Amino acid sequence: MPTTRRQFLSLAGSVTAAGAIPIVTLRPLNATPAMLNTAIRNVVGEAAIRTGKVKIDIPPLVENGNTVPMTISVASPMTADDYVKSIHVFNEKNPQPNIGNFYFNPSSGRAQVSTRIRLADTQKVVAIARLSDDSFWQVTADVVVTLAACTEEVN
Amino acid sequence: MAAALINVPSRAKRGDIIEIRTLTSHIMETGFRHTMDGTLVPRDIITSFTCRYNGTEIFRADLFPAIAANPYLSFFTIAKESGKFEFEWIGDNGYASTASASITVE
Repeated sequence: MPTTRRQFLSLAGSVTAAGAIPIVTLRPLNATPAMLNTAIRNVVGEAAIRTGKVKIDIPPLVENGNTVPMTISVASPMTADDYVKSIHVFNEKNPQPNIGNFYFNPSSGRAQVSTRIRLADTQKVVAIARLSDDSFWQVTADVVVTLAACTEEVN
Repeated sequence: MAAALINVPSRAKRGDIIEIRTLTSHIMETGFRHTMDGTLVPRDIITSFTCRYNGTEIFRADLFPAIAANPYLSFFTIAKESGKFEFEWIGDNGYASTASASITVE
């Protein structure tokens, strides 16, 4: 029998708790599963994440988790000395916490990206923006999914 | 395989912020699904997308299995000069696909 997600998550959680107690106590990011936290810390490092600036546009209730439209934008003048370097999107309950990393530069003009994502369950989506001064800003959105992605069997 | 749809305005004023929309045909198999008899379907996704404007990179994305099949991406750039946009998708199993679009800036 393959490892279930629950087993994997609890294993990942115990590893994180044992290996990274200072990080976890430093700044808990709400009550999110360990894999999400680890994935975020892989990008952000020890830096503090502030809330704001980032806007996520995603339907609060989706019928089909296989394709969920999502737009993320960051309030930024996008000038040579004040622009958005990247946007990182994470989820809470898919088999893998990453959704996508999007990289910008001043010639982007506008820090905004749209795509379509998969959501395996009703969960939280987190978007984190890295600005040119290396500060991090985040926003979270809760999405209710009635038909999950990724779980059906292939015929 | 020309499997991409690109939407770039054909003309723009210098300094305008223009939207670029791309859609490419790809299964984006997650690698987390099983067949009826329990074997894992191997992962087959696009992992990277790059857009260059006259040779300069203006947008790049790392994609993961959580991106829906037939990846759609929309992003922006400033119309600086007439020229060409080049798009490149790179994925598992040596997948590579390119497309291009031209723009006239006045």
